[in-house]
Amino acid sequence: MLTQALLLSGALFVIGTLGVMVRRNAIIIFLCIELQLNAVNLAFVALSRYTGIEGQLFVFFVMTVAAAEAAVGLAIIISIFRHHETVNVDKFNFLKW
Amino acid sequence: MTEIVFVLFAVVAVGGAIGVVVGRSPVASLLSMIATLASVAGIYVLFEAHFLAAIQVLVYAGAIMVLFLFVIMLLNLGHDYRADVKYGLWYLLSLVVVGLTAGALLQGFMGTGATGVRGDGAAAAAAIDAVVAEKGVVGAIADPLFTDYVVAFELTGLLLLVAIVAAVVLAKPRT
Amino acid sequence: MTGVGTAESAMTALAGVLSPSPSAPGSASGVAAQAAEQWEPLLPGLIVLLPLLGFVLNGILALWAAGHSSAAVRAGEEWNPFAGPSRPRTHTLPTLIGPGVMLLAFILALVNFAGMPADLHDPVIRTYWSWIATDTISVDAALQLDQLSMVMMLVVTGVGFLIHVFSVGYMKDDQGYPRYFAYLNLFVFFMLVLVLGSGYATMFVGWEGVGLCSYLLIGYWFSDRDKSDAGKKAFIVNRIGDVGFLLAMFLLFNNFGTLDFGPIFAGAEGQLAVGGTTVTAVTLLLMLGAAGKSAQVPLHVWLPDAMAGPTPVSALIHAATMVTAGVYMVARSSVLYALAPTSQAVVAGIGVLTALVAATIAMQQYDIKKVLAYSTVSQLGFMFLAAGVGAFTAAIFHLVTHAFFKALLFLGAGAVIHSMHHAAHHADGHLDEQDMRNMGGLGKFMPVTCVVMWIATLAIAGIWPFAGFFSKDEIIWYTAAWAGAGSNPFGTLYTVYWAVALATALMTAFYMTRLMVMTFHGANRTGAAGRSHIHEAPRVMTVPLIVLALLSVFGGWINVPDALQESFAGLFGVLPMSEWLHHWLEPVTHAAAQIQIAGFGEPAHAAPPGGGEVAWAMISTLAAAVTVAVAYRVVGTNKYVPAARDPGPAGVLRRAVYNKWYFDEVYDSLVVRPLLAASRWCWKVIDTVVIDGFVNLTGSFARLSGWTMSLFQTGQVNMYAFVLTLGVLCVLGAAVFLQ
Repeated sequence: MLTQALLLSGALFVIGTLGVMVRRNAIIIFLCIELQLNAVNLAFVALSRYTGIEGQLFVFFVMTVAAAEAAVGLAIIISIFRHHETVNVDKFNFLKW
Repeated sequence: MTEIVFVLFAVVAVGGAIGVVVGRSPVASLLSMIATLASVAGIYVLFEAHFLAAIQVLVYAGAIMVLFLFVIMLLNLGHDYRADVKYGLWYLLSLVVVGLTAGALLQGFMGTGATGVRGDGAAAAAAIDAVVAEKGVVGAIADPLFTDYVVAFELTGLLLLVAIVAAVVLAKPRT
Repeated sequence: MTGVGTAESAMTALAGVLSPSPSAPGSASGVAAQAAEQWEPLLPGLIVLLPLLGFVLNGILALWAAGHSSAAVRAGEEWNPFAGPSRPRTHTLPTLIGPGVMLLAFILALVNFAGMPADLHDPVIRTYWSWIATDTISVDAALQLDQLSMVMMLVVTGVGFLIHVFSVGYMKDDQGYPRYFAYLNLFVFFMLVLVLGSGYATMFVGWEGVGLCSYLLIGYWFSDRDKSDAGKKAFIVNRIGDVGFLLAMFLLFNNFGTLDFGPIFAGAEGQLAVGGTTVTAVTLLLMLGAAGKSAQVPLHVWLPDAMAGPTPVSALIHAATMVTAGVYMVARSSVLYALAPTSQAVVAGIGVLTALVAATIAMQQYDIKKVLAYSTVSQLGFMFLAAGVGAFTAAIFHLVTHAFFKALLFLGAGAVIHSMHHAAHHADGHLDEQDMRNMGGLGKFMPVTCVVMWIATLAIAGIWPFAGFFSKDEIIWYTAAWAGAGSNPFGTLYTVYWAVALATALMTAFYMTRLMVMTFHGANRTGAAGRSHIHEAPRVMTVPLIVLALLSVFGGWINVPDALQESFAGLFGVLPMSEWLHHWLEPVTHAAAQIQIAGFGEPAHAAPPGGGEVAWAMISTLAAAVTVAVAYRVVGTNKYVPAARDPGPAGVLRRAVYNKWYFDEVYDSLVVRPLLAASRWCWKVIDTVVIDGFVNLTGSFARLSGWTMSLFQTGQVNMYAFVLTLGVLCVLGAAVFLQ
């Protein structure tokens, strides 16, 4: 069942990647990134069955980092929205050279 | 039986993921995402990672997704999704790259599969089961977490604190 | 090679002498442990550390004073430490600290000297810590006490102490009083490291350290451009010699795998062929280093310029101790030199040439310190001549007596300059306080200085019974004996050396008498305004002079030759300690003497050309006395005029000598200017065009590529993700498909 789980993980990852590439809404891009993280988590859990409990520990850490990232990222989105009245990332090019 | 349940969850997870990407409204994407997270949690259970499944549902599907929902509702983003997906040439290019990535992953996972994993799968699974039987589902994770990985654990705590402070500072309106 | 068997047995004997513990050959700790049973030196490390302590304390005071000074300058004023009713603390404490640590060090050295057993054969090595420890080289911070370093230590601390005391009077009114003593203490520290170090590496630390202090003290009055330039000149010329020293150390390390004296000297005869390329190269390179430090031709040009420093510094560093470091180094490496007859001939040749050149220049100088400087160079030449003829004891003996009478001469000159300085303040117009043409007749005003300097003059002239007679006579006698040694390949050459040395000795008597007459006798040329301010030096300056005068009289008696013991020169057997120094240094010089006898046979103990030893001693002292008398008449009748009205020397030869044989000018046109031109070319062409061009090119390239890359920064998050994924894909693809 490991191969199937890894394939599922890969599928989720590429779908998330596609989302990051084609969506303009910053929040949805964010969701897609979470999707990618989840795909990796899934791979970790699947592999932990074969290599040891450490894989699950890593998932724990990834979740923590994801939570921290969500908090900061959403705060940034709110802050940007307050200035520009939009979450369209195409409009966010004010850090460009 | 397990395979059937796995396929079921897998179908829901992939469907939810596609829903996230193509969903027109942010709220729709978010709901699809919750479906995906829930089915991944189910798959965790299939892999005997009960604690992580619970965390997945509580923290991810519960807390983090609700946070996203709050932000969507706070910013009132429910309407502006006319030009949200970039179609056309860019979409094709992205599909090509993603397809190539998928191919590479497929090659990697299919080519090696379970045999590519180092160590004896059955023995490791038996060892985990033994630990779970001895210390319980939470104890099996908590024990290494608070012994071997305690420094990383403390640093994660610090990271969360920093994130909270950063979020407060960023989101606070400048007067 | 006269016989392999002889050399082998000598080597075994040598190995037995130098390395008594066969279980740990070359191990410093092993040797030290062995020797410790015989004799336990009293705190040798403290002798070295005391001057360092003095440096630290005086240095703190100097920084303190500098703080006051800079604060005053910032406020737009000039700091005068002597303005108040009493001298500030920073200018009183060094009086105690500076000479104090020297006195303690000297007493400690004396205690060790008294305790050192006469039959001590092996050097006592005290290892303090491991300085360099790698797979290939290990150097310990270790001190070596043997008879040679003991003699040097006594001279450095003893004469050093007297000069420190003299400095208290001489530098009393100088703003940088604490700084001066800090440097002086630091110098003594490094000098002690130099003479006590147990290997070439440790010696090199001291070697460079004294060079640094020399530089600092020559340029002590650094606000004067000429003086700071003189410091730089000394430093740079010394650097040339140091290249030789370093290369010699590399060669030694390459051959012996160590830089410690013990194993090198023990193994030298076994590993290096007599007269072989390696040992000749090593000794010649060491001689280059010694020539730089000891101001031998052609590297002697820095020493006369070094007179820019305060006069006690000239006495301590540029007469008594530092410049003799080269002699010490050659004597320390006596085993190596004994193995290289060619190098010995070169050393002796350089020595005798230096002695001659410097003596001629000294005859036509007007600056009192310049005369003494060239006299020092000349006497150092004698010491190298002694080392070159294998008479290492004689070299050290002359080093010791020279330290006494030359320090005395410099300090006496310092007293004269000190007094002339006061006169110059009150003179009409400019008055060069060091120009002997402005002096004359000072004997009436400064009787003590006059008398002690006459003693030193008679000593350096080589007149019995003063110290210089015994040491210089021994050098000249050894040169003749060496010329006649059984199978010396350079016999004739040494006979020439002997003749030149004799002539130079007479020149010494002449120019020193000229100095005395011009300074102390005849009519005074200072001018009425300044004359009334000339006075005898204070007691703090005259007492060290008197002590040194006593040493100049009796110092030579430590090594009365056996052959002269029963003659007039030995007061018909009354003088004590026949060849005491010779016997004392025996354990150090023994090995070299063995090698030389094995190589050349005994030096001709028969008399030098023309008569017996006693006769030659009588001839030389009479000749010197006659020269002094003649010079007194000749110079005395010479009508000198004050420097301001003197047109300078007439005649080609006199002008050439007056201009120091144009050494500086030749170096300027042959070395300095071409180097300057080459440097300018490197700057204008290599640096500005080639290197800067290359650097600018890389800059332009970076800028161009940066601009190109910046096009990728579109501000489009999706595109970033796209490129990121593309990159991951590349890596992933490489990992998967290129396995």
